[in-house]
Amino acid sequence: MALLKCENLTLGYDGVEILSGLSFEIEKGDYLCIVGENGSGKTTLMKTILGLRAPREGSVTFGEGLKKTDVGYLPQQSDFQRDFPASVREIVLSGCQNRMGLRPFYGKKEKALALENIEKMRLSDLKARSYRELSGGQQQRVLLARALCAAREILLLDEPVAGLDPRVTEEMYSIIDELNKRDKMTIIMISHDIRAALRYSNKILHIGSEVFFGTTEEYLESREMNTLGGHGNG
Amino acid sequence: MADLLSKVGLYLSYPFVQYALIVGVLISLCSSLLGVTLVLKRFSFIGDGLSHVAFGAMSIAAVLKLSNDMPLTLLITIICAVLLLRTGQNTKIKGDASIAMISVGALAVGYLLMNIFEPSGNISGDVCSTLFGSTSILTLSELDVWLCVILSIIVAAVFIFFYNKIFSVTFDESFAEATGTRASLYNLLIAVVIAVIIVLAMNLVGSLLISALVIFPALSAMRVFKSFKSVTVCSAALSVGCSLSGILLSVAFETPVGSTIVAVDIAVFFVFMLLGKLKR
Repeated sequence: MALLKCENLTLGYDGVEILSGLSFEIEKGDYLCIVGENGSGKTTLMKTILGLRAPREGSVTFGEGLKKTDVGYLPQQSDFQRDFPASVREIVLSGCQNRMGLRPFYGKKEKALALENIEKMRLSDLKARSYRELSGGQQQRVLLARALCAAREILLLDEPVAGLDPRVTEEMYSIIDELNKRDKMTIIMISHDIRAALRYSNKILHIGSEVFFGTTEEYLESREMNTLGGHGNG
Repeated sequence: MADLLSKVGLYLSYPFVQYALIVGVLISLCSSLLGVTLVLKRFSFIGDGLSHVAFGAMSIAAVLKLSNDMPLTLLITIICAVLLLRTGQNTKIKGDASIAMISVGALAVGYLLMNIFEPSGNISGDVCSTLFGSTSILTLSELDVWLCVILSIIVAAVFIFFYNKIFSVTFDESFAEATGTRASLYNLLIAVVIAVIIVLAMNLVGSLLISALVIFPALSAMRVFKSFKSVTVCSAALSVGCSLSGILLSVAFETPVGSTIVAVDIAVFFVFMLLGKLKR
């Protein structure tokens, strides 16, 4: 049984169908990149996997005992978050919320976990700082630390490097790669950057005018065979 | 000056002034708690819209000649709050437009009803005091005070108990929802609590000025403080301080209670804006 199975998904919003008949499976430890043109439905697909919106048809099933509370998510930042008055520590701790049930206050375990992920993201010096004073890359690392507090099995990342400069982008990619290789975290990442997708992932899902799902090697072969495809916008 | 102090001292010995102070402190504490969330979620105007709804509901209660208008007002306002927050998410009419529609509609219908059925001889006086709260805080009955005390305690308790959940839903609703927190449930909770606060606060400052009570302390605190907790604590303290001094000033200078409180809030906001600039 796969960790995550999408069967015959049809996605759309406002009555417009953007994607139909999509099926794929993800195994434990996979690093899947979702690529495709703007507006092809990458974010919608991710939100469907997360249960934030219902598919118009088809189903998303979690396997191997994966629960909704094992999932970590790094959404695209919204504008209002950028000037939100909250300390780094408060935000990272809020990632532990899915372990709380009805308990109102964080205990020692959650605080330790938050601290661990703050250190892992090399944010120790910044933990008392306000989120709105940080640079874009630092903010992104805070949100990743929060996602890690929530994630026990799988991490979904929606364009984690959007708006970051090249050096910080590389740093972000290597952090994510380390999470996959060393911590055995399953990764699903939306990316515009096709080169990074080819370099780090082991599976690729291309959606848009053509749909492809397979290993990264297969994707490379199919791209060489089919030079007509208009991908490579990264 | 000594004259003024003895005047205030004299007033303080009257139970209605004591009631006003107790209720004022509790209401301003509650209204500031969710202010931070409302401002950050870009919901500032929901408070305004709901207060107009509460005005409409109050006039219905007046027309029906209910002896205590609070329960009906509370019910109608809660229903509208739930509807407004729900429409904010995914509908054809965008959030701000539906708020404007409901609030202005309720204001007009309320005033119309008051004029058609003429529940009392002094309509313009009644309307004026519901809108600006000029006298109602000083005419509270013992029952009103108790109701206020109980509701305020409930609001504060709910806020403290759900503080961490409210924080995560305020900061990032989709993350909370995606990782298994029922964000829609907490949004509902926020809506109900806002409605309760609005109805409570109508007694203090009147329905046109409620937003000020909700927003100013939060905005002032956000100029200076940096973590969610410190902003929340500071805005609660500011709100209570401003209301207390507002009530006392209004007693001393015989100005309307509601607008005096708001004036103090505005003054404090400018002070904090300066402080924020200096700190940077």
